[in-house]
Amino acid sequence: MSDAHITQDTEGEHDNAYAGLLGNDAHWAFGTDFEDPLAGVDTTIPDGVDASELAQYCLMLGDDALVYAQRLSEWTSRAPDLEEDIAIANIALDLVGQARLLLARAAAADPALVPSLPEGSPVPDEDRLAYFRDAGAFRNVRLAEQPNGDFAELIARLLVMSTWRLAIFQRLVDHQDAVVAAIAAKGVKELAYHRDFAGRWFVTLARGTGESHRRLTDAMRTVWPLIPELTASTETESRVGVDPATLADEIGVVLDQVLAVAGITAPETPGLAGVRGRTGRHGMHSEALSRLLAEMQVVARAHPMGRW
Amino acid sequence: MTTLETTAVQRARAIASEVTDPELPMLTLADLGVLRDVAVEDDGTIVVAITPTYSGCPAMATMRDDLVHRLTGAGFESVRVRVQLSPPWTTDWITDDGRKALADNGISPPGVAPRGPVMLSLTPTRRAIQCPQCGSGDTEVTSEFGSTACKALYRCRACGDPFDHIKEH
Repeated sequence: MSDAHITQDTEGEHDNAYAGLLGNDAHWAFGTDFEDPLAGVDTTIPDGVDASELAQYCLMLGDDALVYAQRLSEWTSRAPDLEEDIAIANIALDLVGQARLLLARAAAADPALVPSLPEGSPVPDEDRLAYFRDAGAFRNVRLAEQPNGDFAELIARLLVMSTWRLAIFQRLVDHQDAVVAAIAAKGVKELAYHRDFAGRWFVTLARGTGESHRRLTDAMRTVWPLIPELTASTETESRVGVDPATLADEIGVVLDQVLAVAGITAPETPGLAGVRGRTGRHGMHSEALSRLLAEMQVVARAHPMGRW
Repeated sequence: MTTLETTAVQRARAIASEVTDPELPMLTLADLGVLRDVAVEDDGTIVVAITPTYSGCPAMATMRDDLVHRLTGAGFESVRVRVQLSPPWTTDWITDDGRKALADNGISPPGVAPRGPVMLSLTPTRRAIQCPQCGSGDTEVTSEFGSTACKALYRCRACGDPFDHIKEH
């Protein structure tokens, strides 16, 4: 821990506004070091589970959370009012936390996934996965990476994302891997809160003014085509996690319930096609992800030996 | 466990129990229910287990550092803090002392955390809570999210004061 404190000579102490905050054992103002989010957690792979497949699955769920959290955090200081600004930032923070745990779990299960950095780099595994992979290595669904629209688009997407992710996490609380099960049990409470927030705003916008109704209808036309991808099976998910196809009915029921209260109908839009059958889960993304990653990763990539 | 080890664990537990939460400094980590276990290993290392409140709680690293700092300051040479993910933290673990300390400091303590199946709720969460300033029950939610992951923001209609409520989790 001590090597993380910035040391300085005492001579210039009075000239430095940070002097009282740094290198002083009595109190300190900054986080002192990276901490392994799974410090002391038993990460042994349970019998009958393929370690590399478990890692791939954790990468999928971790990337969904990481990429979507980045999109949400782009809203900071831009929401219609301060309360919503804080709400969106809080939701993003929950998702970053889930991403951190899942990426750390992926790295522990299959160290070969983790990008290598120069010898002696202090960047922890989950950060290497977050900051040192290119778009093609990300396994998030494409709904997570779409560029932000207006507040109605935020609410429509958040409703769909949180409904879908909550359905997955509810099924993972009994997962064979105790780490995944624990992350899911924690996440369920957070995601249920996110879904309620989105559902209430969805109803408010639908039943608000003509303008808010029109905007919500427009937003649904951009969000709904990305729903089929959420419930399309992949081999990895079906074998080691939750088969997304089994979620379709439950997600449909929840969305229908919200739409009924909101008095709005789902758009008749075809699903967004993949490229030769490949979608986000296969590493096939829209251009938007590259731009998002460029902004998110640029500082970390400039300092592969950095300690934050 | 030898008598010496038992004494060491008891002393370490007493010290760890006094460490306060970085964001709710009126609460100890024990009152918050985050401090789950204090044990001693064969080589004398003190191992403290803490459970995160929220997945992304940024205070975890500070809690870890504070625990290590206080215990090493009290003479324990080797201290380790481990994360215990399961069972997940719930506000039901906040002690009665902790609830009183929150209320005494103007923060409304949580009600009973929801259990059982997760239900969709399209109306504002109904909580019967009293204003920690004037005691009135005439309060309204301003925002379901607040200044930290664990809080919602309320306002008292009687005295007009805004206040934080620890959300049931």
